[in-house]
Amino acid sequence: MLLNIKDLHVSIDGKEILKGCNLGVNNGEVHAIMGPNGTGKSTLAAAITGREGYDITSGEIIYKGQDISELSPDIRANEGIFLSFQYPVEIPGVSITNFMRTAINAQREYRGEQPIAAGEFLKKMEEKKKLVDIQSKLTNRSVNEGFSGGEKKKNEIFQMAMLEPTFAVLDETDSGLDIDALKVVANGVNALRSENNAFVVITHYQRLLDYIVPDFVHVMYDGKIVKSGGKGLANELEEKGYDWIKEHVQNG
Amino acid sequence: MSKFINFAVLFIFILNRNQMKEEKENENILDEVTTSEYKYGFYTDIETETAPKGLNEDTIRFISKKKNEPEWLLEFRLKAFRYWQTIEEPNWALLNHPPIDYQDIIYYAAPKQKKQAESLDEVDPELLETFNKLGISLEEQKMLTGVAVDAVVDSVSVKTTFQDTLAKHGIIFCSFSEAVQDHPELVREYLGTVVPHTDNYFAALNSAVFSDGSFCYIPKGVRCPIELSTYFRINAANTGQFERTLLVADEGAYVSYLEGCTAPQRDENQLHAAIVEIITHDDAEVKYSTVQNWYPGDKDGKGGIYNFVTKRGLCKGNNSKISWTQVETGSAITWKYPSCTLLGDNSIGEFYSVAVTNNYQQADTGTKMIHIGKNTRSTIISKGISAGKSNNSYRGLVRVSKKAENARNFSQCDSLLLGDKCGAHTFPYIKNSNSTSVVEHEATTSKISEDQLFYCQQRGIDTEKSIGLIVNGYAKEVLNKLPMEFAVEAQKLLAITLEGSVG
Repeated sequence: MLLNIKDLHVSIDGKEILKGCNLGVNNGEVHAIMGPNGTGKSTLAAAITGREGYDITSGEIIYKGQDISELSPDIRANEGIFLSFQYPVEIPGVSITNFMRTAINAQREYRGEQPIAAGEFLKKMEEKKKLVDIQSKLTNRSVNEGFSGGEKKKNEIFQMAMLEPTFAVLDETDSGLDIDALKVVANGVNALRSENNAFVVITHYQRLLDYIVPDFVHVMYDGKIVKSGGKGLANELEEKGYDWIKEHVQNG
Repeated sequence: MSKFINFAVLFIFILNRNQMKEEKENENILDEVTTSEYKYGFYTDIETETAPKGLNEDTIRFISKKKNEPEWLLEFRLKAFRYWQTIEEPNWALLNHPPIDYQDIIYYAAPKQKKQAESLDEVDPELLETFNKLGISLEEQKMLTGVAVDAVVDSVSVKTTFQDTLAKHGIIFCSFSEAVQDHPELVREYLGTVVPHTDNYFAALNSAVFSDGSFCYIPKGVRCPIELSTYFRINAANTGQFERTLLVADEGAYVSYLEGCTAPQRDENQLHAAIVEIITHDDAEVKYSTVQNWYPGDKDGKGGIYNFVTKRGLCKGNNSKISWTQVETGSAITWKYPSCTLLGDNSIGEFYSVAVTNNYQQADTGTKMIHIGKNTRSTIISKGISAGKSNNSYRGLVRVSKKAENARNFSQCDSLLLGDKCGAHTFPYIKNSNSTSVVEHEATTSKISEDQLFYCQQRGIDTEKSIGLIVNGYAKEVLNKLPMEFAVEAQKLLAITLEGSVG
C-alpha cells in the first residue's frame, strides 16, 4: 500500500478536527473524498503534507512503509507527496520558471542527482505547459501574483506535472473553475495517472468526478470517513444530499 | 511573416536562456546559504606604513605630506579639521553604539610598496591573493569581464586597470592621489562642491583625513564603454577608512560606476566614513551602484564596521540624471543617505535600495531628493529587510523648492520582517513649497507569511532556501537595477546574510 492512514487524530490549537480517520491508497488508484464544509477534508491534506500547527495526537500516516508524521514538509515533498492547494499563495518577484527550477533541483539534490540541465528544463516546461494549456507569458510572471482563479489552479496542476509526484492530493481544485478550465485541469490529471502513482481528490461536488473518474469515493463527516464506495456513491450523494449522510451517521 | 515568427522565437529563446543563466546562478547562490560564518573573514599580512594613532593637525600634515599634496589641499584638510573640532557627532539617527574614541584610531595605513606597479606582476603577490579570495582577481577581471577595477586596499590604490582603453576615450579613471598629482585643476574645481566639509560631522572628518579613493572624469559627449568598478576593502586592525570618490560627467556623458565593499573579520569596531561626490552637467547621466558587505559583527553583536557615509549627487545641468542603487547587507552600523540635488531643469534623481539587517545590525539609511529646477523628477524605491534582533530604518527627505515648477516625486518604502524581535521603521519627511508639484509616498510593512513558506516547502524547497527565494523576490525591483555581475553577488549576499534568521 502506498499510503495508509490509521486511526488518525489531528488537533488545531487543541481542538480535535480529525477523530479517527482511516484511508488506504494503492498505486494506480484515484480516491475521491467528499463531504460538507468543516468536516476535516483540508485538515487531512495538511496532516499528510506536514503543515505546522496540525498536531497529530494519535494514529499513523504510513507512506511507502514508513511513518512520515515526524518528517518536515520539504522532505515529504521530496519523497513524492504533492498538494494542489485550495488557495495557492502569491510569491511576489519569484517567477514560476525560477520557482520550478528551484523546486526540481531541490528534489534532485535530495535524490543525490545533479541539477537539471538548462535545455532539459526548458523542454520539460514546454511539454507540461501544453498539458494544462498555460501560456508562456504566465510562467514568466511571479508565482500566482494577479492570477485569475482558473490560472492559479492550472498552475497547481502544471507544478504537479513538473514535479511528477508519487502521491498527490488535490484540495478542491475544482472550486472557482468554469467548465472549460475544469476540463483542462481534469485532462491534466488524467494524463498523469499511471500504475506508479495515486491521487486523492477532495471535492464538494460530483461534477469534477465526471472528468476525473475515481476508483473509490469516500464520504467524510465530523472528522471521520463514514462511507466508502465506488464511483456510484458520488452520484448517490449528489442525488440525496449531505443530509442523507447525517442521517446515515446518526442511525449508526 | 514566417521570418518575423522566426525572429520572435529566437528572441524568446534568448530571453529564456538569459533567464536560465540567472536562475542557474540563483541556485548556486542558495547552495552557499549553508556557509554561515562571514565568508571574507581572512587577514592579509602586508607590511603597512602607518600614521601614529590619534588625530591632530600633525596627523593631517603627515597624511598630506605622505601623499605629496599641494598646499591648497592641505589647507582644505586643515579647514575641515578646524570645523570638525567645533561640532558634535550627530545623534538623531535610530542607532545605538558606544561612543567612538577618535583619538584611538589610526588615520593612515598604506601597504608598503617600493615603487608604483606597472603591471600585475609587480603587485605584492599576497595582495593579489587577497583579491583572489574575494573572487575579484584583477587578471580575471581584466580578461573575462571587461570591467576596469581600481582596487583600494587600506586606503591606497594599488593598481588601476584598463587605463589605456579609457584613455582612448579621454576618460580619466584613477586613484584620488593620482588625480591630485596629474589633474590638480579638475580636482580643485570640483572637490567639496557637492559635499562641503560643513555637510555633516563625518563629512568634515573625511575632508580632514581622507587617504585615498577614486577619481573619474568623463569628458563631453563620451559614453563610457565599460562599467567602472572599485573595490574597497578594510585590511589592517584599528584603521579607519576614509576614502573619497569624485565623479564628474561632463555634458552628454554617461557612466555606470560600481562600488563593492568587503572587510576581514575583526573584533574591534572599525570606523568607516567615506564621501562620494557626483556632478552631472547638461544631458549627462551617472548610474552609481553599491554592494556593501562589510563585516557586520558576530551573532552576539560583537565587532563589525561602523559605516558613516556621505554620498551626494548634483544634477547641475539640464536634463541630467543621477541614479543610486545600493544593496546594504554588511556593517554593524549603517548611516547612509545617498542624495540628489536636482538643480538643472528636467533633471532626474533615482534611489533604489535594499538594506538587510540580521542579528544585532543597525541600519538607518535612505535618501534626500532636493528639487530646485523645473520639471525635475525623482523616484525612491526602498526595501528594508529585518531579521534577528536588528533594527532597520528608512529615513528620507523630499524637498521641493519654490522654483521647482511641476516637480514630481514617487516614493515607495517597503519593510519586510523576519521573526518578532527585529524592528522596521520609516521616517519620510516631505517639504513641499511649490503647489504645481506632485509628491507621492507609499509604504508597506509585511512579514514572510507561514503560507508562503509552507507553499515553497511543499514543493520540496527547505526553509533556508525558501526564505532566500522569497526575500530575493521581494527585493527584485531593486536588484534588477544592478548591473548583471553585481545582481548575482547581491542575491548571494541577501541569502547569506539571512542565514539562520528563522528556525
